[in-house]
Amino acid sequence: MTWDMSEGRAFVFGDDIDTDQLAPGQYMAAPLETLAAHCLEAIDPSFASTVGPGDVIVAGKNFGMGSSREQAAQALRALGVAGIVARSFAGIFHRNAINVGLPVFAADAIDRVAAGDRVMLDVAGASLVNETRQSVIALEPLPPFLLELIDDGGLIPHLEKRFARTSSSSDTDSKKEARV
Amino acid sequence: MPMTLAEKIIARACGRSSVQPGEIVTAKVDLAMIHDSGGPRRVEPILKRLGVGLFDRSKVVLISDHFVPGNDEAGRAILELTRRWAAEKQVAFYDGEGICHVVLPERGHLKPGMFVVGGDSHSPTGGAFGAYMFGIGATEMAGVLATGEIWIRVPDTILIEWRGRLSEGLTAKDILLALCGRLGMDGGKYQAVQYMGEAIESLGMQERMTLSNMAAELGGQTGLIAPDATTADYVRAAGGEPGEIGQWQADPDAPVAEHHVFDAASLEPQVAAPHSPANAADVGDYPDTPVDVAYVGACTGAKYIDLERAAQVLRGRSVAPGVELLVAPASRRDQDRAAADGIMAVFEDVGAKILPTACGICAGYGTARLGDDVTCISSTARNFKGRMGAVSSSVYLASPYTVAASAVAGRITDPRPMLTGGGQA
Repeated sequence: MTWDMSEGRAFVFGDDIDTDQLAPGQYMAAPLETLAAHCLEAIDPSFASTVGPGDVIVAGKNFGMGSSREQAAQALRALGVAGIVARSFAGIFHRNAINVGLPVFAADAIDRVAAGDRVMLDVAGASLVNETRQSVIALEPLPPFLLELIDDGGLIPHLEKRFARTSSSSDTDSKKEARV
Repeated sequence: MPMTLAEKIIARACGRSSVQPGEIVTAKVDLAMIHDSGGPRRVEPILKRLGVGLFDRSKVVLISDHFVPGNDEAGRAILELTRRWAAEKQVAFYDGEGICHVVLPERGHLKPGMFVVGGDSHSPTGGAFGAYMFGIGATEMAGVLATGEIWIRVPDTILIEWRGRLSEGLTAKDILLALCGRLGMDGGKYQAVQYMGEAIESLGMQERMTLSNMAAELGGQTGLIAPDATTADYVRAAGGEPGEIGQWQADPDAPVAEHHVFDAASLEPQVAAPHSPANAADVGDYPDTPVDVAYVGACTGAKYIDLERAAQVLRGRSVAPGVELLVAPASRRDQDRAAADGIMAVFEDVGAKILPTACGICAGYGTARLGDDVTCISSTARNFKGRMGAVSSSVYLASPYTVAASAVAGRITDPRPMLTGGGQA
């Protein structure tokens, strides 16, 4: 694994953070960088300009509810967010996050982390280290193949690797069928 | 270890004898359904990047329904791209035949025990056939089309039991809106919702499809109904082979996460106020709510049975002055059958505008989008702000009976008095 275990800050949000807040509709046609600059501005106008690599979002229940738009997860990843630890996730957002390479963990962390705490998300080790409070919050580990998928940068880069392996090990270079 | 229906299907799809809730497994899909909006135009660039074709063209069904009939240049271009892709990839393709969730089972593609993905959030509809079917995004669909596989967390099962029978004038839509009101739009927790009980078992397949479809509004991953003779008869009539339905039943003592029980006999017609299906309340709670538009449309509100019910109210009556009645049948076959049975004539007699068999304004497409400040009562599934037109428009969700009765009265109205004689031809 090649996880960047850099320390960051905690950004804490409540329940029902929806995909319109994460990826506002009026910027959906814009490039991802533009969309990401408006991520969560409705509830925290300074979020996009202050969040950076290693920072972790800690939230309440039903994070990512609403639309199936993948840009909700892509925007957070583009801003450098190391991952999300929420009490629960909306189903399609959870899948989309993993498929675009954004680590997501369901855990009751919101009462044990305050906004601005120094934290480190250990994705492979499945824990959230809170340096400020000198505590470690255990997270439910992701299975190895999902870790690998996230580590590859998401589903499409992961499949590119897989198909490259398949075709390079194949006898005929015309054979590019999916391994099932 | 006793297993739920969801666990049995997923275990079979991932080649295991059993699975446990919470496990993450990789399953082989038996079928992938895509449509013109999230389908070829979104997945083909990814397949090209991967340098691969379809995992199995016989397991892919493409249905055009979002941009049908092609009202502008962009829509027509997407339909052209869709048609070219279908011809090139030689997949089963239904072009302008109706809404994907209705056309897929209508043409015999679903049967009990299948593990199916759809590129649309209302894909849980397939759960009505005892198939584990759920919706995914376009990137993930591209992955499925390339590999034939998808990862899934084995879900818990949330049983929703309706005891007793629905009374006259009540429908699957009333059941589902009531559930949205009581359990909320995250009540399904992205787990396997499964409907059961006498009220569910007594419903025909088109009504069951409405329940399963709107498992999406409950936040479930799918909305299962255990297959029975009604399921098998439908699948056979559609040209499919239902197989041995006995193997697709939950074990009697299989553990479930939640079991909710409701009484069908005491259910009142439901209306969900703007802008959420969770704003459902009894029709009597809307004493003076005028409407401008009444819409009978969508996969959950304009199948044959929905058209038949709306016509039952409208026959021999007229639409209130100033109210526009729009009817968009959910599939060509249902429309043809409704025409043969005199149902379409009822709509024409009351001056309804007949729209194409497509997703139409339910999904914010087409030419009939709601204008500024318009109040609409609709037999569709979602009434989110701005979804069906202008941000200032308001949409109330209700059954086809209630939509038709409200069109007659010009305001939100309990349909039951119109179903008990008086005024009918």
